[in-house]
Amino acid sequence: MTTRIDTRFAELKSQGRSAFVTYVMAGDPDAATSLNIVKALPKAGADVIELGIPFTDPMADGPSIQAAGLRALKAGMTLKKTLDLVRDFRKDDNVTPLVLMGYYNPIYIYGVDKFLTDAKSAGVDGLIIVDLPPEEDDELCIPALKAGLNFIRLATPTTDDKRLPAVLANTSGFVYYVSIAGITGAAAADANAVGEAVARIKRHTRLPICVGFGIRTPEAARAIAEKADGSVVGTALVDALKNSLDAEGRATAKTVNAVAELTAALAQGVKGAQQAAE
Amino acid sequence: MNVAKPNSYRSGPDERGHFGIFGGRFVAETLMPLILDLEKAYTAAKADPAFQAEMNGYLKNYVGRPSPLYFAERLTEHLGGAKIYLKREELNHTGSHKVNNVLGQIMLARRMGKKRIIAETGAGQHGVATATLCARFGLECVVYMGAVDVERQQPNVIRMEMLGAKVMPVQSGTRTLKDAMNEALRDWVTNVHNTFYCIGTVAGPHPYPTLVRDFQSIIGNETRAQMQEIEGRLPDSLVACIGGGSNAMGLFHPFLDDPTVEIFGVEAAGHGLTQLHAASIAGGRPGVLHGNRTYLLMDADGQIQDAHSISAGLDYPGIGPEHSWLHEVGRVNYLSATDDEALAAFQLLSKLEGIIPALEPAHAIAKVMELAPKRPRDHLMVVNLSGRGDKDVPQVGDILRGKK
Repeated sequence: MTTRIDTRFAELKSQGRSAFVTYVMAGDPDAATSLNIVKALPKAGADVIELGIPFTDPMADGPSIQAAGLRALKAGMTLKKTLDLVRDFRKDDNVTPLVLMGYYNPIYIYGVDKFLTDAKSAGVDGLIIVDLPPEEDDELCIPALKAGLNFIRLATPTTDDKRLPAVLANTSGFVYYVSIAGITGAAAADANAVGEAVARIKRHTRLPICVGFGIRTPEAARAIAEKADGSVVGTALVDALKNSLDAEGRATAKTVNAVAELTAALAQGVKGAQQAAE
Repeated sequence: MNVAKPNSYRSGPDERGHFGIFGGRFVAETLMPLILDLEKAYTAAKADPAFQAEMNGYLKNYVGRPSPLYFAERLTEHLGGAKIYLKREELNHTGSHKVNNVLGQIMLARRMGKKRIIAETGAGQHGVATATLCARFGLECVVYMGAVDVERQQPNVIRMEMLGAKVMPVQSGTRTLKDAMNEALRDWVTNVHNTFYCIGTVAGPHPYPTLVRDFQSIIGNETRAQMQEIEGRLPDSLVACIGGGSNAMGLFHPFLDDPTVEIFGVEAAGHGLTQLHAASIAGGRPGVLHGNRTYLLMDADGQIQDAHSISAGLDYPGIGPEHSWLHEVGRVNYLSATDDEALAAFQLLSKLEGIIPALEPAHAIAKVMELAPKRPRDHLMVVNLSGRGDKDVPQVGDILRGKK
């Protein structure tokens, strides 16, 4: 089984380039604007899209992404509408990999089997579910792999060599290395420490390794891109979106561009990186 | 319910932390190595007689255990049925049952070499107990508390600060216990290297529901021995209030395999079950939050809903996973009491027995007022008086004078 994720990372590897992965929250600040933002991301230089599933209680997220989720929920976003958004995006784009990222409860309540069928048919390529460690693989990971979706696992600074094989066992698509022990948008990642961590994980897997949490600027993205197969930026894009809203938190004429422009700047940073020799 | 009856109700959880379908370890990868370490440390501590001996010393001389089992004579006469006994957990140092669990967890933290303790709190009773033991053992203490609860439980906020703890008001979400727990988990993810998360109830990822239950089971074990001594037999029924459910689990667990003992848990029905409430079993369904699968209040999309209770300690949209299982297997009957019923019980117990209960156990007393009159005079009913009401006096005073 080859997904759009596998194809995209193979292409990038042949070009000697690190991937630029963007995260935005589905339905932030409303479903229509959110669709336009997601559509604008590949044109602005995003190689992979992570789309957040809004949830009331995002335990691993900082204030920016918490607020983005609440804006989306307030505007009526649901998991079903998130899948509708993906389906609409796929009408014009059948190559950019799209990964849903979020927490388990909305999926559990939607129904795992129905969700996997609907996600696959909508054009979702992979899942990152923050609160499903390998100890709970029977819940969603194994069924997702059977349904032909990638299950992308988070590895963290607390995942030691003894634990890494368990974390990587059912991981596919890519490995998401969380560069700091902390929540999204908190501290800045140290590129050297990240380089060591990536090298350590590479001893256990042939999968591409993308690094996220704490990357906010083109310079930081470039530094990470030199050490890893991809860098993920979320909070900075969500903040750019928020700063474009009006006083009532509604989209303005600037909203889509605000996200697209920062995406383009960050993508330039990543593309300027000298890929480390394999 | 179509769930097979187990041979024992006391053998759970399995090695993965499941009580039937409930429980589990639904946490971010950053935390997974920590909860595996905690499980290992707890297993080792349980097998170490020195750990138990040290804990027993503090339970006796610092907490003041055993807590009395008191025959509530005037309440019994007033209700005209079952003979009512109060398990006086409100007489413990710090004023509630919470200290039983905190003592155990702080001793575990010390064994694990952790110097910084974090906790979530609703009514502030768990926060006060945590701040107290951190003061006693010279540990840094940070307590997360919803901003709404900081407002309505001021006496406990002041106590925590006097004990040297830092109280962090939580402004996210509904600004109550659920959000305090989110914020504590975020702190823990950020400060994994030196921090021990002291969870206040029988919820969260495995092994917390089990270890909190074990530390609280002293309530039921003492009750069993005391009732034998006073009446020469087991009680006929047990009643306790439930937010997350730690005081209830502590009383119930030692009696789960005694089929003659009827067991009642009382959730908070807030303004009523058709309006805003905090009764997860009566009004919720199974979902995943805060590290475990359990009954939760949520909407059709799986978004967690606001809970409401007059009592900050019960104002939580979930319940411990073992309670969810005991509900499904039918061993425990889960009832609920409204804000108004709890207020009436609060006043009744104060006037008849000279004991001002916390608003949390006032919910249990409210159901005793319904259950006791329907039972014969030789029926022995134990209600867990899990906390004292000093913290609630300003709030209840305002309500009774019509200010709120």
